[in-house]
Amino acid sequence: MVEQVAQMVVHGEAWTLKDLFVLPNEYVYWSIQIVMYPYMTGLVAGAFVLSSLYHVFGVEKLKEIARFALVFSFALLPVAMMPLMLHLMQPLRGINVLMTPHFTSAISAFGIVFMTYACIVAAEIWFVYREFIVDSVHRLSAKTDRSAYESVLLLVYKVISLGAMDTSKEALVSDHKAVKFLAGLGIPVACFLHGYAGFIFGSVKANALWMTPLMPVIFICSAVVSGIALCIVSYYIFMEVRKWAAKRGKNVLLPDGLAHGSAAVDYEHLRSVQEHEVKMTSKYLLIFMTLALTLEVLDMIFRGYTAVKSWDILRDVLFEHDFTKIFIMQYGIGNVLPFIMLLLPGVTVRRAALASVMVLFGVFMMRWNVVIGGQAFSLTFNGFMHYHLPIIPHDLETFKEGFFGAMLVISTPFVLFYFLNMIFPAFMVDKEESHH
Amino acid sequence: MKRRDFLKSTAVFVSGAAVSLSALELIDPQELLAANPELRWGFLVNTHNCVGCGFCVKACKTENDIPMNANVTRTWVERYVITKDGEVVMDTPKGALNGFTNKQLDQNKSGMRDIPDADVAQAFFVPKLCNHCDTPACVQVCPVGATYQTKDGAVLVDRKWCIGCGYCIMGCPYGVRFFHPEEHVADKCTFCYHRISNGGDTACAQACPFDARQIGNLRDPNDPVAKAVMNQRVGVLRDEYGTKPQVFYLGLSKEVR
Ligand code: SF4
Ligand code: SF4
Repeated sequence: MVEQVAQMVVHGEAWTLKDLFVLPNEYVYWSIQIVMYPYMTGLVAGAFVLSSLYHVFGVEKLKEIARFALVFSFALLPVAMMPLMLHLMQPLRGINVLMTPHFTSAISAFGIVFMTYACIVAAEIWFVYREFIVDSVHRLSAKTDRSAYESVLLLVYKVISLGAMDTSKEALVSDHKAVKFLAGLGIPVACFLHGYAGFIFGSVKANALWMTPLMPVIFICSAVVSGIALCIVSYYIFMEVRKWAAKRGKNVLLPDGLAHGSAAVDYEHLRSVQEHEVKMTSKYLLIFMTLALTLEVLDMIFRGYTAVKSWDILRDVLFEHDFTKIFIMQYGIGNVLPFIMLLLPGVTVRRAALASVMVLFGVFMMRWNVVIGGQAFSLTFNGFMHYHLPIIPHDLETFKEGFFGAMLVISTPFVLFYFLNMIFPAFMVDKEESHH
Repeated sequence: MKRRDFLKSTAVFVSGAAVSLSALELIDPQELLAANPELRWGFLVNTHNCVGCGFCVKACKTENDIPMNANVTRTWVERYVITKDGEVVMDTPKGALNGFTNKQLDQNKSGMRDIPDADVAQAFFVPKLCNHCDTPACVQVCPVGATYQTKDGAVLVDRKWCIGCGYCIMGCPYGVRFFHPEEHVADKCTFCYHRISNGGDTACAQACPFDARQIGNLRDPNDPVAKAVMNQRVGVLRDEYGTKPQVFYLGLSKEVR
């Protein structure tokens, strides 16, 4: 081993600034990736719940966005795992969680819950798209002058059809039943997946800010909020791109058009669908926002009222150190403003999308304030730790647990979605409907 | 993969579920306990004796290969200064690795704090280390079972199995855990398990010139630590967390957190 004369930087030291009395081993150990983790799982769960509103409760108005939300939630899935892997000091041993799960730990079942959920989403997509898959196999096989790209696509479809080529009426009806069942099953599992993330924090008794039984519920509500908001925003953006591309025939930006012929995409239709869906969805967004906000405020009032020992330091953190982050960024920009924007009459698509961006930001700040805020004070209640997000990475650690690591996590689902969309066109309109 | 290799790795896979293998390599706690079923390690800190020299911190770092130049430590000493108007100021510069050489108190970002002698009502030192709790929060939260409790009460980390999630660091109410800067796994005081299991003393207790630290068997009525815990007024740290700490303090003041 190389002799090191200089100060050795320990994990956490690079981004932690201590103030007053802090124990020697205390650092902000759970940093940006642990902020990303509940944020991403929240998006997954929320997107899924949105899609289920249509499939289970038959909210017809959400039909188009539901399909998109489902495929997008699938694209988000692997990304919920990413921040955890980037955070682990021994990422190669991550698999140990499945080998020797230690069930008294709230993290131990993550792999199991996560995989159950992944299977449900995958199965649901399969049933939703089965008819389309079979059609595609027929259509592409019939084609004599297949390009290399189409041949690959054909192969993919053949494989994922799993040999189930029956598209008779009865078969389709049972497909439909299966979708409904899976979507119904998926809601509690999605909520569990995320409530579980809340439990991981809420059950840490050593942490005065985290420990509350409300944590899982707060997490679930804010998850649904963020998931819906993300669906609105990305649906808006994707539709804008598609409208733009449909006008100019830029097929690269229409992966499904690329795969299935540009006839599938029509400008006027896109516009009306976008408007309708975005407005409807924002109604649901409002409902869940109210719920989430109520719970969070309740939690804060309760802490202030009961004022146990930790309240002194929590008050300092909430109302002084993190005031801007909590009351301006999270509640102001992320809750109150978009709330008003959505409530004011005459909501336009653009305004709804903008409000959703702010909601997304608000939920992100909420995760930040929970994860980082919970480590902002010493266990002794006599000192503070300030977190500085590493922007320019100077080693692997500051990359993984820094700005660029977070960006990597955020951008991945969009890349995945681009490819997924080639196979499962998320913006596809049902055949019967497009005939009208 | 050859068939034999496969079987071998399967065996490792399966046995990993039962117990952490590396823990068994040196000492078998089961065997140890069989030889002496009446064994429960405990620790006594006599705060009256501590002068804050930091010899224990240095000895621990040397014994347990925690780099001297890294700002983490398995044991540390805190200084408490209570002023006449009741203010409590404390510090622990580098965990007191080099003792307390400065009269001013290190307040990190807020700089050095000077308290005139005339204002000081009382001042004392408190050594800290892992409490080897009876119901350890760290063991409860470890998702892979890499942190575990031996039958004789020591709480240890399996360096070959820890995934480095940091949940135990978050879960411990005493802040005794950290990531080892070279091993990149969770680390903390082991009561020098490798030494005490072979009849030795902990490095810190051995290094302490004033007998402020003592390891002992709480189940042995003739053991000095057990006697002290039984016959004297001892305190433990933050028992409100329900962890049942097994490091006992003589002369613990209410200001100590
Ligand atoms: S003091 Fe902390 S690390 Fe030590 S046994 Fe107790 S909970 Fe675990
Ligand atoms: S850091 Fe290691 S010992 Fe601690 S909880 Fe995670 S896996 Fe267990």
